[in-house]
Amino acid sequence: MFYRESGDFKTSYVEDNQTFPIKFDRYRYYFVLLVAFLLVPVLINDYWVNAVFMPFLIYAIAAIGLNILVGYCGQVSLGTGGFMAVGAYACYKLMTAFPEVSIFIHVLLAGGITAFVGVMFGLPSLRIKGFYLAVATLAAQFFLVWLFNRVPWFYNYSASGQISAPERTVFGVPVTGASTDAWASYMFCLVFVTISAILARNLTRGSVGRKWMAIRDMDIAAEIIGVDPLRAKLSAFAVSSFFIGVSGALFFAVYLGAVEVGEAFGITKSFLVLFMVIIGGLGSIFGSFAGAAFLVLLPVLLKNVLVGMLGWPTDLAAHLEFMIVGALIITFLIAEPHGLAQLWRVAKEKLRLWPFPH
Amino acid sequence: MPDQLLFGMEVFLNGLMAGVLYALVALGFVLIYKASGVFNYAQGVMALFAALTLVGIMEGQVPFAHLINATLGTEIHHFGWHLPGIVAILLTMGVMVLLAWAVNHFVMRHLVNQEPIILFMATIGLAYFMEGFGDLMWGSDIKKLDVGLPQGMSTVIDEVTYGWFGYGFFIDNLDIVATVIAALLVVALTIFSQYSKQGRALRAVADDHQAALSVGISLKFIWVLVWSIAGFVALVAGIMWGTKSGVQFSLSLIALKALPVLMLGGFTSIPGAIVGGLIIGVGEKLFEFIVGPMVGGATENWFAYVLALLFLVFRPQGLFGEKIIERV
Repeated sequence: MFYRESGDFKTSYVEDNQTFPIKFDRYRYYFVLLVAFLLVPVLINDYWVNAVFMPFLIYAIAAIGLNILVGYCGQVSLGTGGFMAVGAYACYKLMTAFPEVSIFIHVLLAGGITAFVGVMFGLPSLRIKGFYLAVATLAAQFFLVWLFNRVPWFYNYSASGQISAPERTVFGVPVTGASTDAWASYMFCLVFVTISAILARNLTRGSVGRKWMAIRDMDIAAEIIGVDPLRAKLSAFAVSSFFIGVSGALFFAVYLGAVEVGEAFGITKSFLVLFMVIIGGLGSIFGSFAGAAFLVLLPVLLKNVLVGMLGWPTDLAAHLEFMIVGALIITFLIAEPHGLAQLWRVAKEKLRLWPFPH
Repeated sequence: MPDQLLFGMEVFLNGLMAGVLYALVALGFVLIYKASGVFNYAQGVMALFAALTLVGIMEGQVPFAHLINATLGTEIHHFGWHLPGIVAILLTMGVMVLLAWAVNHFVMRHLVNQEPIILFMATIGLAYFMEGFGDLMWGSDIKKLDVGLPQGMSTVIDEVTYGWFGYGFFIDNLDIVATVIAALLVVALTIFSQYSKQGRALRAVADDHQAALSVGISLKFIWVLVWSIAGFVALVAGIMWGTKSGVQFSLSLIALKALPVLMLGGFTSIPGAIVGGLIIGVGEKLFEFIVGPMVGGATENWFAYVLALLFLVFRPQGLFGEKIIERV
């Protein structure tokens, strides 16, 4: 009734192959873009940007990246935090070394450098599989964080060991540094999110994506039908790390402004992004957004309810928050192991038939 | 003998001792993985939870005191008794069995036949939950744990080695006790799984779930049993680590130390966990001793992982893991 595919006729292959072939989906997508680009920047203030929108957008990029690796190519990785750190430090080094180049290019280059590092740590995936690989990627996590902590060149020999983003502008508007307006940083991240989502969506439905999925479903069988596992796996690592690097660069430069590597990019970050991917739905771009939104909003909501409304001490609320997050994750996995994306698919199915039960 | 070599030997011995402690945690992982195919990330938090509960019971803390005080406005903290260590350990074991039952009843039972990654994520959720639960129940301040284990430098070893080399080795008494207990634990586990009825059932389940079910073994019971044993191992590990460095949040991070041990030894092998633990313990201490000063120290954070990674490239199933056979 509300969601229908019938009556939507296509007269050319181009129309048939577009990203959103169904009219309703397409209009909804345009509508979301319109709201995100035109309405939200006018309405939001500092609190909303810092507590909700920026983490959501940045984690969405990271989740898309990890989803490509875990959800599409089936290579479980726990090194996300480490790769985000690579993006952040690459961006920092580039920003301080070439101040005249646009930050936009720096963020993309940071992604490229992370992609290279990702391929290096992805090499063992050709031999190691499953949980062994998941644990092996922890090597990347711990080694990279240690490296950025111990080698002073990476943080430009600053006394505190922290890195902090200098002010950079895009079209004359500052997007990093202290004098940034809320809407400017929001728009800057939004542009990257939009590009990432479009790129990821089209990569995953093209031949590269199908190769990844073949590897995920069974790598030996994929190899027999002519998918080169070396290329497929390493390209998945490269693309995934690129997105994660971009998100790490944004996380440092635009969102936090100053980071200490162990705190910002520790192992908890790796788990957080993996949770987003799993709760959102493995192998779904929409799922990456849904998972990021869920895990960003949940703590904010819990904190507001427990501390703001019930007036509990913050440490107690923090413990309870841990419990609730843990319990919710378990409940989710039991109720719907395929994540929020699957819930959305079920909802569409229901809407299609509404008000009739069958 | 030159001093450097003597220092090196001391580092080597201390590495062995540290390795035993890693192996203790890894053992819990292996037990659950073998019996149910669940990669239990919560093992470290279980150790923390066991240690917290032990301290809480010994000191007579009121569970959920903070929560009760915050909601009801009361001021209660202690029951006002002190229990001897052994009674507290037995009570804690009871709590761990309850926990094992709860985990199976509320979580694992509903996740049968799911993909391993989903099960793994569920145990991470469990780790979050238990961490919050433990802190909520007993408070998050750092606690001292003393169940009467000997601590401090072993004077016997110091004197003997001084007599031999003219240089006394520094070995902690606690580490020696830990080694003995770990050895006893492994022997006990081996005897249990080889000669007792439940132990045989356990091995049958590990071998093939469906075949075990069809000869009348109750999967439900075996899983509770296995989680209880893992809880017991966690309790032992929690006592050791808690006595060594206080009961605090960082205790749960030993799970991360146990992962490379598992990789090296293989996920399915109990001897593998022990040997892997020793290799990692010695390896990281020696690396820190020899290479550490050149690269800025704190190499212990990552060395174990990189070692395990390099090792796996040549032997993907670990030292003692079952050979991975892949068919299309």
